Amino acid sequence: MTVLKDIPEKWFPVVLPIQKKKKTGFGGKQSKKKRTEEERKVKANDREHNEKFQYASNCIMTSKYNILTFLPVNLFEQFQEVANTYFLFLLILQLIPQISSLSWFTTIVPLALVLSITAVKDATDDYFRHKSDNQVNNRQSQVLIRGSLQNEKWMNVKVGDIIKLENNQFVAADLLLLSSTEPHGLCYIETAELDGETNMKVRQSVSVTAELGDPNNLVSFDGEVVCEPPNNKLDRFCGTLYWHDKKYPLSNQNMLLRGCVLRNTEACYGLVIFAGPDTKLMQNSGRTKFKRTSIDRLMNTLVLWIFGFLVCMGLILAVGNAVWEQEVGSLFQSYLPWDPPVDNFLFSAFLSFWSYIIILNTVVPISLYVSVEVIRLGHSYFINWDRRMFCSQCNTAAEARTTTLNEELGQVEYIFSDKTGTLTQNIMSFNKCSIYGQTYGEVMDTLGKKPKRLDFTPFNPLADPDFRFYDEKLLESVKVGDSHTHEFFRLLSLCHTVMSEEKSEGELVYKAQSPDEGALVTAARNFGFVFRSRTPGTITTTEMGRTVVYSLLAILDFNNIRKRMSVIVRNPEGKIRLYCKGADTVVLERLHSCNQELISITSDHLNEYAADGLRTLALAYRELSEDEWEAWSESHRCADKATDCREDRLAAAYDKIEQDMMLLGATAIEDKLQEGVQETIALLSLANIKIWVLTGDKQETAVNIGYSCKMLTDDMTEVFIISGHTVQSVRQELRRARERMIELSRAKDEGTKGWAEARFMGNGLKDGQEKDGRTGEGSKQLNSPCGDMDNISGEFALIISGHSLAHALEADMESEFVLTACACKAVICCRVTPLQKAQVVELIKKHKNAVTLAIGDGANDVSMIKSAHIGVGISGQEGIQAVLASDYSFAQFRFLQRLLLVHGRWSYLRMCRFLCYFFYKNFAFTMVHFWFGFFCGFSAQTVYDQYFITLYNIVYTSLPVLAMGVFDQDVPDHRSLEYPKLYEPGQLNLLFNKKEFFICIAQGIYTSVVLFFVPYAVLSNATQINGVPLADYQTFAVTTATALVIVVSVQIALDTGFWTIFNHMFVWGSVGSYFTIMFALHSQTLFRIFPNQFHFVGSAQNTLLQPVVWLTIALATAICVVPVLAFRFLKLDLKPQLSDTVRYTQLVRQKRRKPGGRSMGGAWRGTGSVSEGRLGARGGSRRSGYAFSHQEGFGELITSGKNMRLSSLALANFASKHSSSWIETLRRKKNTHTPPNTSGECSPAPSNMSGTGPALSNSSSVLGGSQETSIEEESNTAVELSSSSHPATLEVNESKASAPDSSTSAAATTDSSGGWTLSLETVQETPFDQRGFARASYSSDPPCDARELPHPHTK
Amino acid sequence: MGKAKDRTGPLARRPDNSAFKQQRLPAWSPMLTANTVLPFFYLLALMCLLLGVWLLLTVQSTQELKLDYTDLGSCSECYELRKNVSYAEQGCRCKVEFYIDQTFKGDVFFYYGLRNFHQNLRRYMDSRDDAQTVGRESQLKNPSTYCEPFIKDKDGVPIAPCGAVANSMFNDSFSFNYQTSSGHIMPVPLLRKGLTWYTDKNIKFRNPKTGNQTLAQVFEGTRQPLYWQKPVYDLDPSDPTNNGFINEDLIVWMREAAFPNFKKLYGILNRAGDPFTHGLPKGNYSIQISYNFPVQPFQGRKLVVLTTLTWFGGQNLFLPIAYLVTSSLILLMAVVLTVAWWKFGKDGKNMKE
Repeated sequence: MTVLKDIPEKWFPVVLPIQKKKKTGFGGKQSKKKRTEEERKVKANDREHNEKFQYASNCIMTSKYNILTFLPVNLFEQFQEVANTYFLFLLILQLIPQISSLSWFTTIVPLALVLSITAVKDATDDYFRHKSDNQVNNRQSQVLIRGSLQNEKWMNVKVGDIIKLENNQFVAADLLLLSSTEPHGLCYIETAELDGETNMKVRQSVSVTAELGDPNNLVSFDGEVVCEPPNNKLDRFCGTLYWHDKKYPLSNQNMLLRGCVLRNTEACYGLVIFAGPDTKLMQNSGRTKFKRTSIDRLMNTLVLWIFGFLVCMGLILAVGNAVWEQEVGSLFQSYLPWDPPVDNFLFSAFLSFWSYIIILNTVVPISLYVSVEVIRLGHSYFINWDRRMFCSQCNTAAEARTTTLNEELGQVEYIFSDKTGTLTQNIMSFNKCSIYGQTYGEVMDTLGKKPKRLDFTPFNPLADPDFRFYDEKLLESVKVGDSHTHEFFRLLSLCHTVMSEEKSEGELVYKAQSPDEGALVTAARNFGFVFRSRTPGTITTTEMGRTVVYSLLAILDFNNIRKRMSVIVRNPEGKIRLYCKGADTVVLERLHSCNQELISITSDHLNEYAADGLRTLALAYRELSEDEWEAWSESHRCADKATDCREDRLAAAYDKIEQDMMLLGATAIEDKLQEGVQETIALLSLANIKIWVLTGDKQETAVNIGYSCKMLTDDMTEVFIISGHTVQSVRQELRRARERMIELSRAKDEGTKGWAEARFMGNGLKDGQEKDGRTGEGSKQLNSPCGDMDNISGEFALIISGHSLAHALEADMESEFVLTACACKAVICCRVTPLQKAQVVELIKKHKNAVTLAIGDGANDVSMIKSAHIGVGISGQEGIQAVLASDYSFAQFRFLQRLLLVHGRWSYLRMCRFLCYFFYKNFAFTMVHFWFGFFCGFSAQTVYDQYFITLYNIVYTSLPVLAMGVFDQDVPDHRSLEYPKLYEPGQLNLLFNKKEFFICIAQGIYTSVVLFFVPYAVLSNATQINGVPLADYQTFAVTTATALVIVVSVQIALDTGFWTIFNHMFVWGSVGSYFTIMFALHSQTLFRIFPNQFHFVGSAQNTLLQPVVWLTIALATAICVVPVLAFRFLKLDLKPQLSDTVRYTQLVRQKRRKPGGRSMGGAWRGTGSVSEGRLGARGGSRRSGYAFSHQEGFGELITSGKNMRLSSLALANFASKHSSSWIETLRRKKNTHTPPNTSGECSPAPSNMSGTGPALSNSSSVLGGSQETSIEEESNTAVELSSSSHPATLEVNESKASAPDSSTSAAATTDSSGGWTLSLETVQETPFDQRGFARASYSSDPPCDARELPHPHTK
Repeated sequence: MGKAKDRTGPLARRPDNSAFKQQRLPAWSPMLTANTVLPFFYLLALMCLLLGVWLLLTVQSTQELKLDYTDLGSCSECYELRKNVSYAEQGCRCKVEFYIDQTFKGDVFFYYGLRNFHQNLRRYMDSRDDAQTVGRESQLKNPSTYCEPFIKDKDGVPIAPCGAVANSMFNDSFSFNYQTSSGHIMPVPLLRKGLTWYTDKNIKFRNPKTGNQTLAQVFEGTRQPLYWQKPVYDLDPSDPTNNGFINEDLIVWMREAAFPNFKKLYGILNRAGDPFTHGLPKGNYSIQISYNFPVQPFQGRKLVVLTTLTWFGGQNLFLPIAYLVTSSLILLMAVVLTVAWWKFGKDGKNMKE
């Protein structure tokens, strides 16, 4: 169903009223004009009743015309274009005989041509719309009519009908869900067509109707729905159902909207509320504003100027006419009396003004707009056809959805990119891990040897075949039964909120709410700890082939402040254990103090991971005694029931138990970048395009991605982070950043000056062959006066968070923000709302006058895509909403480089060259009339034959310039990717601006002068060989016209830089067609039929047989072309553009092979290697790429014992609320700045817990920061505890020895707080005893011995 | 690779790998390099120079004589007479004498010239009916509105040929006399035919079908243009085939000049007999002018032009001079370009970043 897609936005303002009009005309039933509906009343199963209201039928009509209305409506629309109206006006002028200086057909032929081309295009579009309408309207649906289900076409479905939907069917209209085959009247829908979200959503029917169930009961259903009139709000519905004298409120939760697809539901019944054009889908379509390119705007300005120029010319000539008529014309009256209405020279001048307006109108040729459209269309096709922008994985080619923006692609200065799904694939892969101080997953790709992917199947039949891991050591470690490794994966298989679905044995599908979790659980699955299923109270896993059922005691859910989640489970042995995973910063400070050594090693690993751009999590566990559990669970219940500050109390309760944990290790998940993102970003930033990432993600994640896609590099002079919460702090931070930039760049300038000069000398000696990024930088700095924000040297980056951004976007801060941000090479805005994305784009548009491009893939990017000059949609997994709103769409971010650097650049270049030439040729053509005016008494006599005037623009000169506009290339595509700097002329608008325009105009006028005066001077004296003078008008006209055609053809030949077969065909063909057509028009045959229309009979042959005419043409051509040629050559010699240079080197290279290229590739390879080397030196943001991108609330959902199926779907539902809920989180975060411990009124925790907890979290804790426990106290407690728990530990070890496989159960019974706070002596004794027999046991070695840690396995 | 055109596979929607669609069409991308531009400039300069010199030499071998007879000698009386429209019917003859000091070798062409006569005014040029002059009988009696304001006379009789162009036809006539060295005066024989384009004489202007009527009968019911003394079928009493719309003087006049100063061919020296076999010998000449065409109202001048021709037309000095000037300018430019190239652009010196 592609209704949305098929409606070009720009027509929408026009379409809607027409559509309405037509509706009234065709519907028949709606004879009166539709009054505004205030309230909709629908009675089920009662067509007669509903027909009274004349609701729209379910027939949709996106087409605009039918056969009868096409011509008038289309013409009416076309004449709404200013240009067309202008030509209509000219046509009317030409019909006034006193004014008409040209026959009417000189205007009507081009006009008709233009109109008919547009009309054909419109008709084709409309035909396809008709087709798709028909297809949609003729879809079948089952309607309950007179007690039985009947197949009915969609178009015949009426409001008030009850229709049956089956699984995977499109919803035919906006329905009120009455009943479904699923329990509780639930049904599941996918709304991708509607809002782009692919996850399923739940809809539930009102309970009374849900009971009706099958059609037999539904027949008797006669409820009446009263609801709001049709509107376009997708997430809102408000109505009431009246049935059996009762009222039932209805909400959006009860609605199935047209465009959705029914999923996972056998069938359901719905009552049609809105049909056809009233549906929310149709109400939502279109309404995008029509985007124009800057060239368009410039062109319109120029056309206005030309109009002004035209009027000026007209005025000059009219004044000339007045003077002439007075001085000469009045005397000449005996030979040519004035026209009857003319009684004095002033009136004659007035008429002459209009006559000249007609003659000179060709300076604004009608074909301009058509040609521009044709060229853009061609460019769009080239984009659609580009194989290198085709993604074979998803079978999607790039698509130019708007054909009017192509050349602006060559002028982009700012790119605003979404992160998830755009830069990244939104696929998480378990990449590395650190288990008990040992890091796994390091892949040695020495010398490009591809490491072998591990094969899990022989070891584990339940493994996911798509999982990739390369480090054998980890599998070994699992196989030999290393206890830490086992516990590590056990944690991963238990501590999560993933739902599983097992259709058949062993075919597991995980439904993870965040992809990170999915990756972790999948990793555990492959390493032998398979999460099978869960109930609200249990988790079933298969551990190393053995099914284990854990009872799930509690889920300590994730939220943004806690940055961790835990589960408390009881294993089959009855031991209770808390498993926790979370952000390293948070988890590491909650560990038992004996973990110090392990912490330091693990955090080294974490740093490494973070430096690689991986998202890390720390894992820890704690054993709980039954008492501890009881006590805590009591306090938890208490907090859970609290009505006020429940969140805070829960957090405090959670916090209490998540203490004294033992570190297990850390995971590193790769948020997989899309292919080629790094290269693309590097290339684009070399092309001087600034890339801003706007993401809803957390700062850490965003920064990590920034690093991994090389937007942020360690070369950067400084990375500023703005995260203030108040206006003042944000302002201050911005100012400070700016001062720092100036300071740093000044310092750098001082430093580099001498060095850069030295480099230059060196380069000079080496023949300047070397292209060094740093040299370029240095030289730039030499020229730049420092202090000015525009010329900040050095690379800076700015990271700003959503709440700071909200302040920064306030009116008085805007400019400050823009000033700072635009001095930075990279800007990352994190945690931004969709609206803010659009605001940022608008801000840059407003302040920078630069072309912006927004790229994104999700529904949350739509606003940004729509507000940017160019919107690009990634046609990825996240639905089609972004694509629908976009101007261009393709499947991979990396195609952006080709779109901009190749297609955009070419488009811009071609359009500019086209426009330059176009204005030139029309001025050259038209201005001849102006000069002739001085010789013909300003009588508005044309120089050329009227047919020549008619055909000049549409036949003789249109195709070569079109060919140039479509096919021209200055450098081949791979060159423009190699030299991204080639993109800069577009950004600076160098190729077509007002200056270039005036140069073209001047050249045109010069040409017209030559074209008039050379033939004038030659012909006024010359004669044919037989003595007949050549100074007659017709000879002059033919000579000038021929010279003109030849000169502009030579000029286009000079302008064309890329002679394809088409260029040859068109250039030669145009010249050929000129002669052919001229000879035809001057032939006897035509004259014999219409002597008064073709009185140029014989002129062509009589003129063109004269050598003197050819001498004249040759002379004129030489005079016109030679200066241009000389100028171009000089420019090329003295001030070559980069493109010239690239072309030249290409030429030279073709002649003699030259080793190596000074390609930019080297430049960015250089940066890459540098950053590689210096990764370790990165400070600030190196750790805590906390990977949870999910929302809280799932733990509750799981444990609440709701229908598991419902919850699994609700899960998806929750995920979609992503954007709105972060504000809430923010708000909550603000509230939780008070330490939760102090607010815990009912915390009857066990005494040892309350004692040890605070004592051990001595290291700077955010939440528990209020405790100021003395060291003596701590050590006392520790000793006391250790003595008491020592026996327990030993007991554990023994049980382990007997049953190593069921080690978890042992842990559950252990008093965790005691068990892990062993004194040093205990630790030293116990492990050595056990190592021999309990190598695989997991928990017996509290990792307190520093000497053991680096080599836990080698001992 | 090739064309993977299986419409169902994963590459079903992959665009074709054609050179056209992938913008890889073989193409020639020329560049303005020194080894093409500089030789071109020098060559062009040389060609223009040679042409210029050749043309100049050719022009120098021609002779031309222009004689403004508007109020010259005895013609001043006629000039005064023509000031007054009421004497338009009254004939006036005058005589102008001139001397040729060098023989006009070869074919000599006699032109009449007008200055400040605007044949190129839009309304003037349009004021003709080609359908009438091509001999369409329907148009003869019923000229089209193009001919405004000379369609019909005040009695409503259609004018043939109608229109302002025909109406204002130049109607002076000349007879040239040569005074031999012996004092004998002999007429200079002029060919008064072949003055027009072939297409004009044979296609564009035709007389109405006469059948067995005389031309005068055919034109019955029409009126001669207001300013004419003679009807169109009686323009050339000496040659009955030269009457009507195909009268050569009429055709010559009807080919409107592009500029206000123009000359039109009047006759060609008939070199059949002595002493004109080699052209116009030097000596004294006189012209008997039947002075009819008034130029005084529009401050015009009338001339008689005698010229010999070359292959590119009379004494046209502009073309050779223009070629010579262009040649020298191009040469200058070429030198400048060479210097610039030598100093800055040699071997792509500037092409390095």
